This record gives sequence, C-alpha cells and structure tokens, in this order.
Amino acid sequence: MSGPQPAFPLARVSRRAEWIILAVALVSVLLLPRYYPVMNQMAIIALFAVSLDLILGYAGIVSLGHAAFFGLGVYTAALFAKHVHGDPFLGLVIAAIAAALLGLATAVLILRGTDLTRLMVTLGVALILLELANKLDWLTGGADGLQGVVMAPVLGLFTFDMAGRTAYLYSLTILLLMLFLARRLVASPFGMSLQAIRDNRLRAEAIGIPVNARLAAIYTISAGVAGIAGGLLAQTTSFASLDALDFQRSADILLVLVIGGTGYLFGGVIGAVIFTAMHHWLSAVTPQYWQFWIGLMLVVIVLAGRERLVRAILSPFTWLLGLARGRSGPAK
Amino acid sequence: MLTILFDGVAYGMLLFVLACGLAITLGLMNFVNLAHGAFAMAGGYVTVLAMSKLGLPFLACLPLAFLVAALLGMILEPTLYRRLYGKSHFDQVLFSIGLAFMAVATVDFFMGSTQQNIRLPEWLRGRSEIGGVGMGHYRLLIIGVCAALAIGLQLILSKTRFGSRLRAAVDDTRVASGLGINVNRVFLFTFAFGSGIAGLGGALGAEVFGLDPTFPLKFMIYFLIVVSVGGTTTITGPLLASLLLGIADVAGKYYFPKMGAFVIYSVMIVILLWRPQGLFSRGSGK
Repeated sequence: MSGPQPAFPLARVSRRAEWIILAVALVSVLLLPRYYPVMNQMAIIALFAVSLDLILGYAGIVSLGHAAFFGLGVYTAALFAKHVHGDPFLGLVIAAIAAALLGLATAVLILRGTDLTRLMVTLGVALILLELANKLDWLTGGADGLQGVVMAPVLGLFTFDMAGRTAYLYSLTILLLMLFLARRLVASPFGMSLQAIRDNRLRAEAIGIPVNARLAAIYTISAGVAGIAGGLLAQTTSFASLDALDFQRSADILLVLVIGGTGYLFGGVIGAVIFTAMHHWLSAVTPQYWQFWIGLMLVVIVLAGRERLVRAILSPFTWLLGLARGRSGPAK
Repeated sequence: MLTILFDGVAYGMLLFVLACGLAITLGLMNFVNLAHGAFAMAGGYVTVLAMSKLGLPFLACLPLAFLVAALLGMILEPTLYRRLYGKSHFDQVLFSIGLAFMAVATVDFFMGSTQQNIRLPEWLRGRSEIGGVGMGHYRLLIIGVCAALAIGLQLILSKTRFGSRLRAAVDDTRVASGLGINVNRVFLFTFAFGSGIAGLGGALGAEVFGLDPTFPLKFMIYFLIVVSVGGTTTITGPLLASLLLGIADVAGKYYFPKMGAFVIYSVMIVILLWRPQGLFSRGSGK
C-alpha cells in the first residue's frame, strides 16, 4: 500500500477492519432477513456518521447542523424521483451534487471564528433549511411529509421489495463504496494536510498548506457524502419528512460518532450499529422516553472520557484482528 | 409602531434575563452550556406547580423559581459540571446536549407534554395607554425587573469583592487560588446564580413564550444568538443584543409573518461572519 501511515494508531487497523465489516455485512444478509429495514437504517446512519467524521475527526470542524446536508439530500432525492426520474443512482448523484453545492456555499461560514461561532452558524444553516422545508409546503409537503416517491429498479434489474432486501443491499453497497473512497481520501496527501490543520492550524499554514481552501474542500465533500446518505434514506423509505432536518438528527449523529469514536472512519460504522440496535430495542421498551437514554449516554460517555470508551469497544475487535493477523492474513 | 417597539423591548428584556446566566458561564467561566434552557424550564415549572398546587401568588413564585433553579445549579455544578471545565468545547457541547435531552424527557415523564399555562393575577393583565402607546402591565413588569437585574449584575461584577474575585479566578485560576481565593466556591456561586437567573427568566417568560417540555431545545438557539452576537466580555453586550433580537423578532413577525424565523437566523449568520467575536466585544475578546 502506498502513502504514509496515518499518525493515529487506530487508522492502521482499518484495512483489516474493512474486511471484517464486509464479512459481517454479507453474513447479515444471509442470516437476518427479518431485520433488513433496521440494518438498512444502520447502513444509512453509518454513512452519515462517516461524512461527519470527515470534517470532525479529520479536519477538526465542529458542527451542530450536519443534518442540513442530510436533509437536503433526502428532499432532493425524493423530489427528483417524484418529478424527474426514478433511477436510484441518478437520484443519488443529484442529491450529492445539491448537498455539496450547499456545503461549498456555506463553507465560507466555518472558516472564520471560534468553535462557538462555528457551532452557531452550522446550527443556523440547518434551522434555516428546516424553516424553508416547513414553509415551502407546496413543494415539500411541509409538516405532512413528502409522499408518493416511486423508485425504479436498481440498475433496471432489482426492484425494491417489501422485505427491504434490495434496499438493504443497495444501501450497503453504497456505504462500502463510500467507505473505500473515504479511506483513500484521508490517507492521501490531501487527508494528511487536513490532519495537520486539525492538529495545529498555525503550523500547517506556516509549512504552506492552503488552510482555507483545504477546509472548504473537505466541508464540500463531507456535505456531498451526507447528501448521499440522505438520498439513500429517501429512496429506500419512499418518504421525506421534516425530521430529516431536525436538530435532533444532528445531535443523534454526533452521538453515533462519539459512541464509535472519531478520526478513523470506522467509528461511524460501529457507532451506527450500536446506536440503531439500542434505538430499536429501547424504543420498543419505552417509546416516548428514548430521548432520555440518548441524553444519559452522552453525559456518561463524556464523563467517562471518549477515548477510553472507543478503546473498550474496540478491544474485542482488536483481539479478532490479532487473530486474523496471526493466521495467514485476512481469510475472507 | 411604538407598540411594536415596546413589545420588542419587553421581549428582548426577557431574552436577556434568560440568556445572561449563559453569558456568565460562557463568557466568564468559558463553559458552553447548552442545557442552560433546562434551568429556565425548571423555573417555569416551579411557578406553574407552586401556583396551581400551593396556591401561591404569582409574585411570590418568582423568587421561589430563582431559588429552586439556583439550588439545582448548586447541586449539578460540583457533581457534574466541574469535571468538564478543563475539557474541550466539543466535550462540553455533547455533555450539555445530553443533559438538555434528559431534562426534556424527564419533564415530559412527570408533567406530560402539553403546554402549561400561567394564570396572571388580575392587575397584571390590563393594558394602559401612556402617551398614545398601548402597554401591557405585564410587559411593564418584565421591563422593570430586567432593567433592575441588568444594573444589579453590572454593579456586582464591577464593584463588589465577589466580582473582582470572580474575574481574577477566570483570568488565571492558578494565581487566583494561590492568592487565597477559593476558586471552586466562586465558580459554584457564579454557576448557581446564573442558573437562578435563568429560572427567574423561565418563570417570567412562561406566559410569553409558552412552556412545554421542549422549551430548552426550542429556545437554545435564541440564547446562543444573544450570547454569540452580544459577545461575552461584558453584560451590556448581551443586553443590547437581546434588545436588538427582541425588536427584530417582534417586528419581523408583525411585518413579514410569512418569513418566520428566517430574518433572525440570517441576521445572526451575517453578524457572525462580519464580527466573529460578537458585535459589542472590544478587540479580540477572551
């Protein structure tokens, strides 16, 4: 493999982790047909978390409004499928472009100021979009949501079935593809320069990294990926609603990323699996008070220290990895 | 026209009471507390309960709301918040969002998700014409309380011994404790006081803003706007910012009801782009 080794030690395990995730995902397709819709959610949330990790974990940009791009992806994909064309891949590309354009336009906002300013303007952008979607009800359906999204078969071959098998496989494929691309991106010189900016912005500037241009670029890319995640949600559920843009969505995704850990991409995937499984289980037990458990998790995680938690979650995985390495490389 | 201005001022004053506790914790103690609205909500619910269950008059509930919220802050500061002073803003944000969520769900569990109403006493419900401007009595009360509070705060921070201790503790914690200032106690009282003011604001504002379990999240953005636009180095900054926000919001809703909250959010973004440290902070701030 070419390219310098990332400084963060967890990133080194990622290449093998990729195989493990692939294996687990494939096994899940065969063994857990009842849970396709839940696993579809996991894949989408994982992709969304990966997009946030690109800016938070690698470039150190804090955002309280990443749902803006996710929600824009949801609505773009839904509207495109409804009014223009039902092809899923085409819809995803359009959703990605729309979200990336918004990212590019709002990147200016995150280049200046302190963390607090950044939190505020990202939150502000998300709130403006939420207001827009709410007010433009002739286009978006307002608070009732946008219904009647009909998707064409994937590649003209696989129709979206009731059990959600096609939907899950489709989301999973996109997730793995994007993970692969994201890993290439963060291991590239571009990704290295982002980490340099994250660790010491002044020094990065001094060695000639065009800080603002790089930050704007990764913000745009991250927005595009979030748009794809949103597009997947709209396409696989045939529905778009306001809660895609809600503040809750931005907070959830932060929690997902914090559960899994930032700065090595797979944290988003691990976090999404844990988060969605807990959501599924806890909201079956106490449907209304799910928010309480989210809050408790956030408080406990921060008090316990985020890094320690990541290590605790990863320890069984690293054991597995060691095992895989002890034998002759990745077997699957 | 003048009535709108008057309502806007009252609205802004209310925002100031709600947000100035946050300005204190954020500006002086450098802690991003997104759960600030939860203390305000606590004050609001205390008022509702005290009035309906205990039959206390409205004015007696205001100090009670202050005390309960301050007590809450006094309990939470040493047990939870203190551990986070040294951590990054990101950790503080996650932590306080978590707290806010827990508060929302807890209140929902005990009080139900319906909106609570506060029955104002008769003499506060009237309206007087003064110089051709219709003024609600309750609005007048709000403005009075808030003005007193703003002046009082400014005096406490700049003139009293406690104020100078607090500023010393913030400027350099180590030197301050070396000089014999009990930094933990200073922070404890500051935090409790800030929470108490929020509680008072919640009690006053329950009638204007409406009170339901989502209060901390719904108004979080407003508090943050006040603090980030006003800057956190002075008390006058947030005061002017909340007046501006109050007038803009009331006028915006009156003249362009279709635009909703766009005006506010857009103005905030523009101001933060133009002056990232806030509109009224001198130099680069702290």
